[in-house]
Amino acid sequence: MGKTLFDKIWDSHVVSKIENGPNILYIDRQFIHEVTSPQAFTGIEKRGIKVFRPAQITATADHNIPTINQHLPIKEELSRIQVDTLKANCERHGITHYGLGHELNGIVHVVGPELGYTQPGMTIVCGDSHTSTHGAFGSVAFGVGTSEVEMVLASMCIMQPKPKKMRITINGELGKGVTSKDLILYILMKLTANGATGYFIEYAGSAIKNLTMEGRMTVCNMSIELGARGGLIAPDEKTFEYVKGRTFAPKGADFDKSVEKWKQLFTDADATFDVEYTFDTTDITPMLTYGTNPGMGMKITDKIPAIDTIDEAGRETYVNALEYMNFNAGESLIGKQVNYVFVGSCTNGRIEDLRALASIVKGRKKAANVFCYVVPGSKMVEKQAKAEGLDKIFEEAGVQFRQPGCSSCLAMNEDKVPRGEYCVSTSNRNFEGRQGPGARTILASPLLAGAVIVIGKITDPRELL
Amino acid sequence: MPIDKFIKISSPVVPIAIENIDTDQIIPARFLKATSRDGFGDNLFRDWRYNNDNTPKTDFPLNDKRFSGTILVGGKNFGCGSSREHAAWAISGYGFKVVISSFFADIFKGNALNNGVLPVQVSESFLAKIFDAVKKDNKTQIVVDLENQKVTIAATGETEGFEINKYKKTCLLNGYDDIDYLLSKRVEIEAFEKK
Repeated sequence: MGKTLFDKIWDSHVVSKIENGPNILYIDRQFIHEVTSPQAFTGIEKRGIKVFRPAQITATADHNIPTINQHLPIKEELSRIQVDTLKANCERHGITHYGLGHELNGIVHVVGPELGYTQPGMTIVCGDSHTSTHGAFGSVAFGVGTSEVEMVLASMCIMQPKPKKMRITINGELGKGVTSKDLILYILMKLTANGATGYFIEYAGSAIKNLTMEGRMTVCNMSIELGARGGLIAPDEKTFEYVKGRTFAPKGADFDKSVEKWKQLFTDADATFDVEYTFDTTDITPMLTYGTNPGMGMKITDKIPAIDTIDEAGRETYVNALEYMNFNAGESLIGKQVNYVFVGSCTNGRIEDLRALASIVKGRKKAANVFCYVVPGSKMVEKQAKAEGLDKIFEEAGVQFRQPGCSSCLAMNEDKVPRGEYCVSTSNRNFEGRQGPGARTILASPLLAGAVIVIGKITDPRELL
Repeated sequence: MPIDKFIKISSPVVPIAIENIDTDQIIPARFLKATSRDGFGDNLFRDWRYNNDNTPKTDFPLNDKRFSGTILVGGKNFGCGSSREHAAWAISGYGFKVVISSFFADIFKGNALNNGVLPVQVSESFLAKIFDAVKKDNKTQIVVDLENQKVTIAATGETEGFEINKYKKTCLLNGYDDIDYLLSKRVEIEAFEKK
């Protein structure tokens, strides 16, 4: 019987199998950042061992860093200590480190692909659940805890049971104003926040094929919001073209040899999945969330579902969510005033996202009630945006263009949304307090965020295109 | 780190009957700035546990004197969201040894096991029975027997089995840790790299 793409990559990385237990899985590349790595370094140092393969590890500071005045020392002491600790750990163990202010610094899941570290067929881990992003290249990439970060530092391996397999096929073409973010929010609405727990997803179908690499990254990024271990997409010419020429990608004849290998990375016609779902793009519109997990989403033109449509066991969560968000069942969100807009994150902080935003705000002014900032995913994205004059477009519209980092996606730095305020955010999680204690997050695409910036209220972005 | 050996536990429980308890609720991101594993228990469920002025919310189960013990019981899809192991450190640091739910997010489950916290997955109906038993008697004893993979409501004798892979079970029962195991496989790993 044929193998799935996931099987091909996973199986070729199994060092050995423990009977009735996990597989020992070899990891090709580990990314680390300041928040989930310090305890792992302490762990190996306490054991008196060295990092096993430092050349296969890349570090960047992202979660905790300010998005203004990055040339100055970090004001907040604990954040500064964490960022400094990462630098010291990397220096001590010979690990490449893109610290604050470095020209290649940025969010780990933006930096990895843009520098060509992320390649088809690899196994990739990072102490961050959005590591699933790298699956867009046809790699098996997933988030791990700090104990597992330590395992990889120590042995380049982790111990994992093999997940079950799911395929989500989306056919058709996305309509005007409908983005890859809407596509994944739509899947989340259909399958819920635990719809793929225990599974590794392969995304397929013409709608996925038609996405750009950055669009594919947005989709794979939010696999974890479905509960999935990760999500991946078979590599194709678009993938090879994206990787070609990047700093750490293979070069010349090595690249051609790699492409020949990468071309074998697809699901065989007779391979089977544990579960399959199929959707059609004709049903997908601009999306947004109304609740406190990413599965609580709806079409912009819909109304918040009534309680009797919710599973009985989920009703308490649903009631709590609406109370937290101060929304009512049955209401439309169109026209709702929103004072905060955040554009950025590993989900939607890449150059195409900034271009999409610029396409809406260009020649327009932000609404008076709106406070908004755009945080590029990396220094390279920042540089590219400036080269294209996007920073000027934002400035003229009254939108702040900041320096890179995770910023308001999880608000570990000072970029917090005040208690009780709504924030339309291009990030990935709308959990209670995610963007600051008491903050109310509405997840959406950069286009919808742009519409809110200029109108000051929730607006269907298609009206402005 | 070497973890404590897991022994059979009989304890009253702290019930939080909410689904989709995400790791941002278990330990909010602003408390992830430490560089050691200690002290996270103080901020477990921070924003559900304390008012804006830092006074305890008296109706939250962790602050409710009626509830105590080393077993936390949560609704379906416990531990979803971020991969932060700090969530497991907060639960363990607070003093919990077991979390019972009808469904766990994958990464949380792994993190818990790596820190000597046992995730016990039971059926929806058994979870409802536990919540009922606690409602009837706040101090009702729940018995978690890892050796025999059974969880029992002491008052009624109702019992249900739970799954755990044999390797992880052996690790927990003996206090073994994965890194020692992986280090013992160094030769095999190096041979794999040469393939």
